[in-house]
Amino acid sequence: MVTVPRRTKYGPQRPPTMRVAPPRGPTVSAPDLDVDGLLDDRANRIIVCCGAGGVGKTTASAALALRAAERGRRVCVLTIDPARRLAQSMGLRELDNMPREVSGIRGTGSLDAMMLDMKRTFDEVVEAHAPPAKAEQILANPFYIALSSSFAGTQEYMAMEKLGQLHAESVRAGRWDLIVVDTPPSRSALDFLDAPERLSSLLDGRFIKLVLAPTRGPARLLSAGVGLVTATVSKLLGAQVLRDVQAFVAAFDTLFGGFRQRAEATYALLQTRGTAFLVVAAAEPDALREAAYFVERLTADQMPLAGLVVNRVTTPAASLSAEEALAGASRLDPHDSTQSAVAGLLRVHAERVRVQHREARLRRRFAAAHPTVSSVAVPSLPSDVHDLAGLRRIGELLAG
Amino acid sequence: MPSPADPTRPRLRLHVVTGKGGTGKTTLAGALALALAWDGERVLLCEVEGRQGIAQLFDVAPLPYEERTVAVTPGGGEVRALAIDGEAALLEYLQMYYRLGRAGRALDRFGVIDFATTIAPGLRDVLLTGKVYEAARRRNPSGDLVYDAIVLDAPPTGRIARFLNVNTEVAGLAKVGPIRHQADSIMALMRSRRTAVHLVTVLEEMSVQETLDGITELRRAGLPVGHVLVNLVRGSPLDDSARTALGAGSVAALTVEAALHKAGIDATPQLVAQLMAEGEDHLGRLQLQSAQRQALLGVDAPVIELPFVAHGVDLGALHDLAEALTEQGLW
Repeated sequence: MVTVPRRTKYGPQRPPTMRVAPPRGPTVSAPDLDVDGLLDDRANRIIVCCGAGGVGKTTASAALALRAAERGRRVCVLTIDPARRLAQSMGLRELDNMPREVSGIRGTGSLDAMMLDMKRTFDEVVEAHAPPAKAEQILANPFYIALSSSFAGTQEYMAMEKLGQLHAESVRAGRWDLIVVDTPPSRSALDFLDAPERLSSLLDGRFIKLVLAPTRGPARLLSAGVGLVTATVSKLLGAQVLRDVQAFVAAFDTLFGGFRQRAEATYALLQTRGTAFLVVAAAEPDALREAAYFVERLTADQMPLAGLVVNRVTTPAASLSAEEALAGASRLDPHDSTQSAVAGLLRVHAERVRVQHREARLRRRFAAAHPTVSSVAVPSLPSDVHDLAGLRRIGELLAG
Repeated sequence: MPSPADPTRPRLRLHVVTGKGGTGKTTLAGALALALAWDGERVLLCEVEGRQGIAQLFDVAPLPYEERTVAVTPGGGEVRALAIDGEAALLEYLQMYYRLGRAGRALDRFGVIDFATTIAPGLRDVLLTGKVYEAARRRNPSGDLVYDAIVLDAPPTGRIARFLNVNTEVAGLAKVGPIRHQADSIMALMRSRRTAVHLVTVLEEMSVQETLDGITELRRAGLPVGHVLVNLVRGSPLDDSARTALGAGSVAALTVEAALHKAGIDATPQLVAQLMAEGEDHLGRLQLQSAQRQALLGVDAPVIELPFVAHGVDLGALHDLAEALTEQGLW
């Protein structure tokens, strides 16, 4: 009889996570993430939180910012799309494009909070970098209005722009020594990393030259191909749109260069030692799969990854096993009210232990596939965050 | 499975499923597609975010830009799936509507395709919704509709109104021409009685708030709100009387300790305190859940609840969810 090595059964193409031995207990052997060390290290000036939507990323950003402030840092937290309640938990009625001071911070540090307003940020860039008459022309262009206010994707460019602005201000005025950034809630969260490249390909692309050709004297560029393309675009969109786009691009031409330079500078800044990326996830298959994507993308872009935060982890208080609890529950009299209540408690406990084991298994798989990524697990809280005390509590849990 | 209750209502053609991240939007879009196919319908399930969530859900290889069968049902129905990709959609679109063989290639050479699909923000959404529109009205050579229904696994709640409404923006930019005409036709479908936008939520404060905001936004944009799908609803091992007794604090530690001994468990005061703390925590969560359920009562839309699947969603669980959707009247 031939003994087939067990491994070959799975085939070599399976990811290494598939070969992890079945769980024996809830321990997860990833290196621990030292959150306080990260916050206390003055060399760290930017912390970027990224992850899928719905995992508590914005709340984690706010809690980290608060904890850093209360450990003596002067912090600005840039949130992208916070729930109203989160703004309220920081004592701010509305968050807007201006950093606002959060009161009630303990100790010598400070915390400012703001929310990215992409249209406002875009308008400000135009106003700051174009002469007044030209700025007015751009701001009134229908293509610009659509681009700056309603189209998806603009958020990522503007997040990059705003981060660059905040960093420049922190260096210049010394108002902050740490900026905590939340990222847009989807896979496009990392699109801001692509912003410099996209702007470059836009500027260096022949399309811009083509669009600009009529305003710059077509003689130099015009060829049969160009004529065909302008005719096609005009046919598809109508001549009006082409004129609007041409006016927009012509007016914007000088600004685009600045955008690209700043986006490139911010990108380079993100790669430096002073930046730390935190990937936030929940202990669920989808969220951890997204987290793996983020980790791999950040690594590929040579971005400094500090570690993984796993939110809302189930942590039973009692150490009784699920089997013992269920066996015990079955021995109690369901007709006796006290006994049935206690049986209920035992079943509640058994369910938690099971969930805990499932979550631990998922985290172990992640750790096996990404052995160098430190992580920290944040226990799930029974209530939502409503005030600074709630954020503080999450900060404590983050610090382990 | 039962048939739809109200035969006078026009059959929905386009089901848009949105939801906050982590609420199970893709899972429920898949379950809905199965539920529709169960009755013998041919259903196209589309995703637009490049996540390959459908492939993972149905446990098939990553989907190309091509309609692939992912499930067949005993009633002769079928679910096909399509991962819509902006660039491929644009080239296909140009070819189909304008027969732009040579000009299409010229556009590509000049970087226009690249510009349209990756650089110009928003145009991607135009293309994605355009493809959905095309599939919804496609007919076979004998003149019948190819699909009875389209289920769209759409972008998240925070972005949904903007996504579906993107063609209004286009219509605002392009005053005339075929694109304008196309944009108007797409918006007519999006706003028609044959379209419904379903919102997936969980019973958590943020998710429910986002759902309420999303409904307001959709209605403001004139887009039809379908069902609110409350997902991941957790049951409780505690019956009503146990909940009342524990909630009122009328169960004393000593009686718990005695009951644990009776259950054959070596009960220390510490274990008793821990179990009671877990019970309290559990009751707190139940209360939070029912408060959010209460908040959803104010919504002028039918609400459907779907259970949390403890062992993870496999094909069997997907069929159970599909059945739950049908039983509660989502069509």
